Amino acid sequence: MKNKENNKGRIQLIIARTVAYIILIFLSFLCLFSFYMLIINSTRSNFQLQSGFTLLPKDHFFINLKNAWNDYSINIPRGMLNSFFIAACCSVLTTYFSALTAYGIHVYRFKLRRFAFYFIMAVMMIPPQVSAVGFIQLVYKLHLTNNYIPLIIPSIAAPVVFFYMKQYLESVLPMEMVEAARIDGSGEFYTFNHVVLPIMKPALAVQMIFSFVGSWNNYFIPALLLDKKELKTVPIMIAQLRSADYSKFDMGKVYMFILLAILPVMIVYIILSKAIIKGVTAGSVKG
Amino acid sequence: MKTKRGSGVSYAKYGYLFILPFFIVYTFFTLIPQLMTFYYSLFENYRDGLTQIGPNFVGLKNYVTLFSPDNTGSIGILKYFGNTLILWVMGAVPQVVIALLLAVFFTSYRMNLKGQQFFKTVIYMPNLIMAAAFAMLFSTLFSNVGPVKQVLLAHDLIDKSFDFLTMKVPVRVLIALMNFLMWFGNTTILLMAGIQGIDQNMFEAAEIDGANSLQVFFRVTLPLLAPILVYTVITAMIGGLQMFDVPQVLTNGKGTPNRASMTMVMYLNNFLTTSKNYGMAGAVSVVLFLVSTGLSLFVYNSLSSQYKDTAHKRDQI
Repeated sequence: MKNKENNKGRIQLIIARTVAYIILIFLSFLCLFSFYMLIINSTRSNFQLQSGFTLLPKDHFFINLKNAWNDYSINIPRGMLNSFFIAACCSVLTTYFSALTAYGIHVYRFKLRRFAFYFIMAVMMIPPQVSAVGFIQLVYKLHLTNNYIPLIIPSIAAPVVFFYMKQYLESVLPMEMVEAARIDGSGEFYTFNHVVLPIMKPALAVQMIFSFVGSWNNYFIPALLLDKKELKTVPIMIAQLRSADYSKFDMGKVYMFILLAILPVMIVYIILSKAIIKGVTAGSVKG
Repeated sequence: MKTKRGSGVSYAKYGYLFILPFFIVYTFFTLIPQLMTFYYSLFENYRDGLTQIGPNFVGLKNYVTLFSPDNTGSIGILKYFGNTLILWVMGAVPQVVIALLLAVFFTSYRMNLKGQQFFKTVIYMPNLIMAAAFAMLFSTLFSNVGPVKQVLLAHDLIDKSFDFLTMKVPVRVLIALMNFLMWFGNTTILLMAGIQGIDQNMFEAAEIDGANSLQVFFRVTLPLLAPILVYTVITAMIGGLQMFDVPQVLTNGKGTPNRASMTMVMYLNNFLTTSKNYGMAGAVSVVLFLVSTGLSLFVYNSLSSQYKDTAHKRDQI
């Protein structure tokens, strides 16, 4: 009797596992297929692309790369450099100042502490697009269009990253450590920079990656502020590609542009996927 | 709390010093622009050809315009809000259902699935891909001369006149599919963390009591996961309200066909770029602000009770 029930349970388990694997493989296929097609198509010439669909790579990769890299109207190497510069600045500023703000609220007891905390929490969910009108007008008035300052400096105030850092500090920083540093004669800023920041390294790294990627992919605000050709970022160029009538284009080159736009993030992700996936949950709400 | 931290008083000024950069930047680049946006929404301020009209104070006229029917008889903002909602629901329902299913699979001790790290890596990947590039990729793959149509035509599965990018349902399905692909991995990982946070004894007790896996899911997992599920859904909703890059690039900013895939932020963007109508853009922003604030309040209400408990324990805030 017991044996029979055991068998039934095992069969159920095997069925459940099989179903789970089929669903997982199907979803993985969905996620990977378009990128697989992108890579394949970037190795084919315009003529080969027009003549039909294939799952096997061809030999046109480096010719497409050369054509895309040297394209006159879409200066992709310049765009990548611009995007990289903005994203690198944003990721450093966001993580450093979010950690600084979180530390200030976590460690010091001052009158407006609760207010500051609840204020940041309250504005955390406001979509950035909602202040775009006033932001653009401000940038116009300061004559800062076609300038990276309005794309970089605002990243100092990032409520979501602040919240992540605050939670991280709560879980890793014992007050005794700060007090010990004080007894050793360390100044408050010195303590933060040389004692606390090293402890926060994992959190800083994860948030640096996320803010880098966020900035690299950012399209809405940069598209409103940058219209000089040599200052444009990658997403603006990609959207430009869409508005040009691309059926007249060399399609091999178009696929290469898209590949170049996502490649840096893909490479970073493949190397650091484990840490990144862990980082997704660490900042979210824990009961 | 007050005395234990040592000579708290003398250090208080450092608190202000440390949070100062954040608040200066936030005030200057977000708070003031935010308030100015509200203020601008009361002005007539646009470009008509080469002449600049305004800014003149017009009271609530922009809001009246926003909510009055245009020459086709439909009210723009309601239509675009409706589009945003439809596109969001089409992507978010499968997103949450699939994520819930996968989260249960991944955390199931009994199933003990192999290759979890691989699957997680793959399903999370689209979340980091540039939305504009992803949409551009889809627009080439599904274009009239693209590979998908070629294959479907070759097998006589579609008519020659079928065009993914100019027909209402296919365009919406593509946008929803992209949003689904970009977010279901993220949701899976969040829900997994939620399930792992549930006391393991609960599951064991249920199993000892003879509950089958369906019963465990509906009677134990789901109720205990409810707060995180609500949080996930509402934040996804706030994210959905901001839907822009994917439909903008896929439809080349036009919301084809006949603005059936035009979202709220695309509408806002049109006022900011093509017509330079900052008064109307301000009014749209205010509507967006009100909707997202309403949604956020809901999140805080459902979370605050939870957060209070832990905050008490840690003597924080």
